[in-house]
Amino acid sequence: MINIKAKRKIENYISLTLSFLSATFGLFFLFWILGDLFINGFKYININLFIYDPVPPGIEGGGLKHAFLGHIIITFLGTVIGTPIGILAGIYFAEYGRSSRIARVARNIVDIMVSNPSIVIGAVVYALLVLPVGHFMGLAGGIALAILMIPVIVITTDEMLKLVPQQTREAAYALGAQPWQVSFQIVLKAAKVGVLTGVILGVARISGETAPLLFTSFNNNFTNLDPTKPMASLTVTVFQYAMGPYDEWHKQAWAASFLLTFFVLMASITARYIIQRKKHQ
Amino acid sequence: MDKRENALKQSKSIESVLRIVLTSIGMFVGILLPIIIFLSLYRESSLAINHFGVWNFITSTDWDPVAGKFGGLAPLIGTLIATFLSTLVAAPISLGIAIFLVELSPNRLKPILSTAIELLAAIPSIIYGMWGLFVVAPLFGEKVEPWLKEKMGEFPVIGKLLEGSPTGIDVLTTSLVLSIMIIPFMSSVVKDAFNMVPPIMKESAYALGATKWEVIKQVMIPITVSSIAGGLILSVGRAIGETMAVTFLAGNVNQIPKSLLDPFTTITVTLANQFAEADTALYLSSLYFLTLILFVISFFVLYASKIMLLQLEKKWKV
Repeated sequence: MINIKAKRKIENYISLTLSFLSATFGLFFLFWILGDLFINGFKYININLFIYDPVPPGIEGGGLKHAFLGHIIITFLGTVIGTPIGILAGIYFAEYGRSSRIARVARNIVDIMVSNPSIVIGAVVYALLVLPVGHFMGLAGGIALAILMIPVIVITTDEMLKLVPQQTREAAYALGAQPWQVSFQIVLKAAKVGVLTGVILGVARISGETAPLLFTSFNNNFTNLDPTKPMASLTVTVFQYAMGPYDEWHKQAWAASFLLTFFVLMASITARYIIQRKKHQ
Repeated sequence: MDKRENALKQSKSIESVLRIVLTSIGMFVGILLPIIIFLSLYRESSLAINHFGVWNFITSTDWDPVAGKFGGLAPLIGTLIATFLSTLVAAPISLGIAIFLVELSPNRLKPILSTAIELLAAIPSIIYGMWGLFVVAPLFGEKVEPWLKEKMGEFPVIGKLLEGSPTGIDVLTTSLVLSIMIIPFMSSVVKDAFNMVPPIMKESAYALGATKWEVIKQVMIPITVSSIAGGLILSVGRAIGETMAVTFLAGNVNQIPKSLLDPFTTITVTLANQFAEADTALYLSSLYFLTLILFVISFFVLYASKIMLLQLEKKWKV
C-alpha cells in the first residue's frame, strides 16, 4: 500500500519535473538566439548602414541602404495588396458565409493555406509573373508576400468580427439596416482595433520572409525604387551575406538580422497583447 | 417619403452588389487561389512528368543538370528524415511545455511565458538559419559531435549513425534547429485544448485522490487526444515546408544521408539553392515537379491536422 503511494508520488514528481525542463528548454533557446543576435548584431549598427549602398565585396565599409529601402517597398506593396483582400474576405466569412457550406469549406482551406510553405508561393509567382515578363521585379515579391499575408488577415478579421455580440447586429437589423450596413457600419466599426491587429500580425509575418522573395524580387546591389526591376530586400541580402565568405558581410548580416528580429518581435508582441485583451473583455 | 424610398432602394442595390463582390473575394481566397497554385505548378512541371514519369522521378537519386537527368528521391527522403527527427524531439517537449503552461506555471507568469514560447514561432526563419550556421554548426562540428563520436561511436547501432566527419553542417544540427522552430506550433495548440477541459472533470479526479500527473494522464490527455494529434501533425506540416533555416544547415548535397553527420538536401533546400540558376527547361520543370510534390504533401498533412483539430471543437460545441 505504502509502496504504491510512494510510486505514484515519485511518478508525479518525475513527470512534472520533465514538464518544467521542457519549458526551460524552450526558453533557453529563445534567450540563446536573442542573446546572440544582440551581442553580435547591436555593436555593428551604425549610421553608415542606413545611408550607404554596398561597396565591392571584401572592402570595409558600405551599408545596406538598398536592402532597407527595398524591404520597406516590397513589404509595403504586399501590405497594400493583401490588406483589403484579406479584410473583405474576412468580412465575408464572418458575416455572409456563416450559413453556407462552401464558405465553411473555404474558411477551413484558409486555415490550411496559412501554414502552406512560403517557397511554394514564390515558385508560383515566378511562373505566373516573372517568367512571362522575363525578369525579376520588386512587384512580384510584393504579390508573393500579399498571398502569404492574406490568410493571416482573413483569420484574425473573421475571429475578431465573430467576437462582436450577436445582439449588436440584431439591434441594427431592427432599425431597418441592410446586411452590408450592419457588416461595414456596425460590426466592422466595433471590431476595428482587432482587425487592425490582424494587419499588424500579417506585416510581422511577411517582413521576415525570405523564401518567396528569392525568385520574385531577387536581389540588387544598388538602391532601386522602381518596383518593375529586381529589388534587394533585407532577408535576401542577409542570406547572401551570411553564406558569403567575407567578414564584413557577416557583420552587416548580424546587424540587419538584429534590427529585423527586433521589429518583427515588437510587432507581434503588440498584436498579441491587443488580441489577448480583446478576448478577455 | 420619396427620399426615404430612394435611400432604401439605393441601399438595397448596394447590398446586392456587395454580396457578389464579397462572395467572390471569399471564394477567391479560399477555393480559387489553392486551385491556381496547384494548376500552375502542375503546368510548369508537366515537362518533367512527361519526360521522366512520376514513379521514375520519385524513385531516382539522379540529379545531374549537365546530363539532364533528374530524380527527386534524395530531397524527398531528406525532407522525410529531417521532419521525422525534428518532430521526434519537438513532440514530447511541446507536450511538456503545454502541461507546464496550463498546470504548473504560477498564474501571473502564464501570459508572459506563453507569449515567450510563441515568440519562437515569430522569429523569422532566416534568423534561425543564420544563427544555426554561425553558432550551432561550429559548436556541434568542433565540440558536440566529436564528443558524441568518442562516447558513443563504438555502440552497435548508434555508432553507425555517427559515422563520417563532424562538420556541423548535417542532419543532426538541421533537425535540432528545425525542432526548436516547430515546438511553438504544437505547444500552443495543445495548450488551448488543455484550457478547454472543463474544470469539473479535473476536480472530480482530484476528489478521488489522483495526483496532478494522474489527472493529466488519465483525464486531460484522453479528452484532448485529437487536438494533440492535430498539433503534432501541424508541426509536421510546418517542418516539411520550412526553407531558410534548413538551407543554411543541410549542406545541399544530393545524397541520401547514411548517418546523422552526413550533409544532405531537402525539397526546400534544393529549390532555394537551384531555382534561380536553372538554365534549361527540363531543369526548371524538375524543380517545379519537386515544388508540386511539396505543395501536395503539405496540403494533405495540414488538411489531416485541421480535421483532427475540428474534432474537439465539434465535441465541445454547446
